[in-house]
Amino acid sequence: MSQATDFGNPTLAAAAQKRILVLDGAMGTMIQRLKLTEADFRGERFKDWPRDLKGNNDLLILTRPDAVEAIHRQYFEAGADIVETNTFSSTSIAQADYGMESLAYELNLEGARVARRAADAVARETGIPRYVAGAIGPTNRTASISPDVNNPGYRAVTFDDLRNAYAEAARGLVDGGADLILIETIFDTLNAKAAVAAVEDVFEEKGVKLPIMISGTITDLSGRTLSGQTPTAFWYSLRHAEPFSIGLNCALGAREMRAHIDEIGRVADTFVCAYPNAGLPNEFGEYDESPEAMAKLVGEFARSGLVNVVGGCCGTTPDHIRAIAGAVKDVAPRAIPAVAPQLRLSGLEPFVSAA
Amino acid sequence: MTTATASFINIGERTNVTGSAKFRKLITAGDYNAALDVAREQVANGAQILDINMDEGLLDSELAMVTFLNLLAAEPDIARVPVMIDSSKWSVIEAGLKCVQGKPIVNSISMKEGEGPFREQARKLRRYGAAVVVMAFDEKGQADTFQRKTEICARAYRILTEEIGYPPEDIVFDPNVFAIATGIEEHDNYGVDFIEATRWIRQNLPHAHVSGGVSNLSFSFRGNETVRAAMHSVFLYHAIAAGMDMGIVNAGALPVYDDIDPELRERCEDVVLNRRKDATERMLEIAERFKGGASQKKEADLSWREWPVDKRLEHALVAGLTDFIEIDTEEARARSTRPLDVIEGPLMAGMNVVGDLFGAGKMFLPQVVKSARVMKQAVAYLMPFMEEEKRRLGTTGTSSAGKILLATVKGDVHDIGKNIVGVVLQCNNFEVIDLGVMVPSARILAVAREQNVDVIGLSGLITPSLDEMCHVAAEMEREGLDLPLLIGGATTSRVHTAVKIHPNYARGQAVHVLDASRAVSVASSMIGRDKANYVADIQTEYARIAEAHQRGQDAKRRITLATARADALKLDWSSYRPVRPSFLGPRLFRDYPIAELVPYIDWTPFFATWEMKGTYPQILEDEKVGPAARALYDDAQAMLAKMVAEKWISANGVIGFWPANAVGDDIALYADETRTSEAARLFTLRQQIARSTDKRRHVALSDFVAPAGSGVADYVGGFAVTAGIGEEAVAERFARANDDYSKILSQALTDRLAEAFAERMHQRVRREFWGYAPDEALGPTELIRETYAGIRPAPGYPAQPDHTEKRTLFDLLDVEATAGITLTESYAMWPGSSVSGFYFSHPESFYFGVGRVEADQVADYAARKGWTITEAERWLAPILNYDPVRVEAAE
Repeated sequence: MSQATDFGNPTLAAAAQKRILVLDGAMGTMIQRLKLTEADFRGERFKDWPRDLKGNNDLLILTRPDAVEAIHRQYFEAGADIVETNTFSSTSIAQADYGMESLAYELNLEGARVARRAADAVARETGIPRYVAGAIGPTNRTASISPDVNNPGYRAVTFDDLRNAYAEAARGLVDGGADLILIETIFDTLNAKAAVAAVEDVFEEKGVKLPIMISGTITDLSGRTLSGQTPTAFWYSLRHAEPFSIGLNCALGAREMRAHIDEIGRVADTFVCAYPNAGLPNEFGEYDESPEAMAKLVGEFARSGLVNVVGGCCGTTPDHIRAIAGAVKDVAPRAIPAVAPQLRLSGLEPFVSAA
Repeated sequence: MTTATASFINIGERTNVTGSAKFRKLITAGDYNAALDVAREQVANGAQILDINMDEGLLDSELAMVTFLNLLAAEPDIARVPVMIDSSKWSVIEAGLKCVQGKPIVNSISMKEGEGPFREQARKLRRYGAAVVVMAFDEKGQADTFQRKTEICARAYRILTEEIGYPPEDIVFDPNVFAIATGIEEHDNYGVDFIEATRWIRQNLPHAHVSGGVSNLSFSFRGNETVRAAMHSVFLYHAIAAGMDMGIVNAGALPVYDDIDPELRERCEDVVLNRRKDATERMLEIAERFKGGASQKKEADLSWREWPVDKRLEHALVAGLTDFIEIDTEEARARSTRPLDVIEGPLMAGMNVVGDLFGAGKMFLPQVVKSARVMKQAVAYLMPFMEEEKRRLGTTGTSSAGKILLATVKGDVHDIGKNIVGVVLQCNNFEVIDLGVMVPSARILAVAREQNVDVIGLSGLITPSLDEMCHVAAEMEREGLDLPLLIGGATTSRVHTAVKIHPNYARGQAVHVLDASRAVSVASSMIGRDKANYVADIQTEYARIAEAHQRGQDAKRRITLATARADALKLDWSSYRPVRPSFLGPRLFRDYPIAELVPYIDWTPFFATWEMKGTYPQILEDEKVGPAARALYDDAQAMLAKMVAEKWISANGVIGFWPANAVGDDIALYADETRTSEAARLFTLRQQIARSTDKRRHVALSDFVAPAGSGVADYVGGFAVTAGIGEEAVAERFARANDDYSKILSQALTDRLAEAFAERMHQRVRREFWGYAPDEALGPTELIRETYAGIRPAPGYPAQPDHTEKRTLFDLLDVEATAGITLTESYAMWPGSSVSGFYFSHPESFYFGVGRVEADQVADYAARKGWTITEAERWLAPILNYDPVRVEAAE
């Protein structure tokens, strides 16, 4: 399917055909380095907010847009083609932890605008188009897993709740000028299906079509998502989104992710995107794989023809992205395999009918 | 993890309140736990998709659908398969779609209320991401004739694919199965209309599928299950041939088409195919006779029918006769207090006779497997009575000899041997839980715990499976299991079990089982009263083996890689001109005529599969096994004839040739004749055995190809062939009919056909495609003796023991995409009946074994392949001349 379509962005699609695109690295790691205080998070506007706000990284979009924009710039300057908006938790569901449900649309709108400014500035300076991916995180609730072990049929959130919350986020991202939508860190595929439906609702409502990137998370060495799907089953569940890319991020380092990204690449007839963590957490819970070590592993992904888009997740910095960009430069992107039209279904595991 | 594939998709119908009274009662009573058990049982019995329907007037169907799907999501052993969300109400369908993370099928939507609502629903389904069943239904009603069915389906197809953007492969048409033989003339052609509409859809609406609910067909024969089942079987036979590839049907209950009484079958065909005016009357004429399940077969010698029932059961078991088994079982049951008494009494007594005859060498494996088929059918007949009794009295009361879990380990697909072992164990009153092929250790352990099994049996054929078995043993140790672990399969051995598996599993005991005939005695000893002594004996024996192995290791001297290379086979390239193949690159052969392969079958290994040793054709005249061998051979010929005529399976193959030159122990394959850019590199291993006296060289496969500096333009070829497309469905069909004999027979035959395909293709390569031996004229016997010029060594076998080289071969030939053969994580080929390898044409090339290799070659090989030493040691484990752990410790 993918070779015939431009995913709504011909320039981006053409670039991805020619070379491996680079995504940015972690936002959280960079924010930590700034050693911001509760007061920085609150700014003037939220100085009397009844709850603690330190740790609500997305809020910095409104209270320290300068800091967020500077981080986006650093990633672009390190060689990223695409940066993600700082909106991982900017849904009404995730913001409920801070009592900030009502800010969801604004966070996404401004988050996209901040990243847009950085992208446009760097594009002007370098003459190379730079893109903004509007990030939609998973929220902190699961639609197909019960949080109550004694009541496996219970659900803390419904598909429709998620669809509404994701639509609100997507509206802000589109209005703020995002070039793509990135549904990421998916640990429950049903959440992602709600996000896909929501994003398509918003596209229809606004009469636009942006490329969608989808990125799941294999949570541990079992090789499955938290909700139990194999990588192939995960792809079958989401193929109807006709995404620009499918892939994996977070939870694993590049070394541990390789086999799963390889599996997805074999079955997915679209671009493949991988942005692992900087290794597995050390004994202090920190991600400490060096830029060189990580770039070596990601470079091997590229040379083995596994990927079309690469970047970094937890623990990665502009240095990591610079090293990764260097490692994949001039390496041919993965060729999209032709996939025969067969009925493909999935439960936790994939099912394919004969032709 | 490989993907389940299927040619006819069987959709489990028991989690459907309209199709199962039992399920309806459980749901209306709110007993969701028991309802989940129904789903679990269906998945365990092989349902590939679960149909879930809650359309019952007294239920809140939406709530029931949501509740059941949410509960089901918490059960990984059920949720692994996709669901079919089945309802006539759109609101129920939509509620269901919001609960499943996988990609489901929706059943169904239609144009009943016009194109508008149809478009609207289809758009929504697309957004949820679901495949869809479309009923042939429009504003005027359900389509009954061929004309109406095809017209509506074509219109729906156009709307879905052109307007909505639905992928055609995600569309399933249900062209409506209606009742036939109702006495109303307009209904007579309904079967034909469905079958012909199916054919039309498959030919004219590309990639779309056809499904149907079959039970409507025989509505007018309610109460006569034999006739209904026969009608369904006949109808499916023709509908499937026309292209129906999905059905909601209790397939386990259907007779195999060929097993239906010929008279009944003919009359079923008359009504289904509307072949004569009086078809319905003629059907009614005989229907009464078949009521109650008795089939009226004519037998040559029926004198044994006069014997007492216990004797009749014994005779049926020993002779492998299924014709009267249900009547006789019923008679025995009627006389017994409890149905279980029949199993424990006459049936077990009969099986004991079989066991004794087998033990005494008077019966052979194929006959025992046939006996097992009789036993299974008798037990299947008794099951409903035992369940009824259990419901009434709450008694369980099985008294099996023990519960055994069998599995072919992760990464491996070969299961003929394991299936045979399963049957033999069942014959001896063991309860067998067969988890199938490619089973990960976590699943083996989980089921072992859940089912509280007494013994675990692991099987595997390819060498990487040896490693996986060690892994399973270590996992059992880690998780604190204390169960006997039986190890079997072609590459397993007593030595490997003693040296590698046994030490991983100190808590329990691993035992190697040489063949199926030993399985019973080993299993019995491991759970019997005398277990302690038996285990002690094994441990002593394994300690001795391990020690002897250790001594042998030290004694097996190897020469260095450098010395071996200096002693390489040096062919004279100065006077040799390789023949250029007729084409370069890959060439695909899809749907290769099976009939052409039959004469190339090597029958000797076929008999070996059944543990009958001897060379074909002499084995047929053998004094001892001759009669059993002939009977088996006749059955095989009969099945083979049907297999070919009815196209049970299809064969695909792909071959290719590339310009090639040796570079050291590697072989460079070039993209084209300029020989400037490498398309791939083959890595080969060199013999390192220390030979004191003989003059044989230390060979590697690269020695058979002209070296890069020689100026000789040489070539190498490769192939991958399968005769296994569809084999799984065939095996499943027999398994569902409780017919392990035919199942194993079909597997053994497809295996042979794959080998025959490799043989035939190699012959054509020599004569036509490479053409280096255009005048070769060898008969099948000479072919089997390998008297031709050139060789076709396979990665994973003696001349190149590294299975991972298959990856290179598969990429070069694009095997997965073109021939439909895939590789598992252990590089086993799927389907199992597949063969692959490389072609070497030099007249002096020969088959050899690399033998064991030393650490220096492992390091060199790892560096060439870009592996770590550990990776190399893992893949070369079976041929290491040293213990990797030991070397490390010594350093």
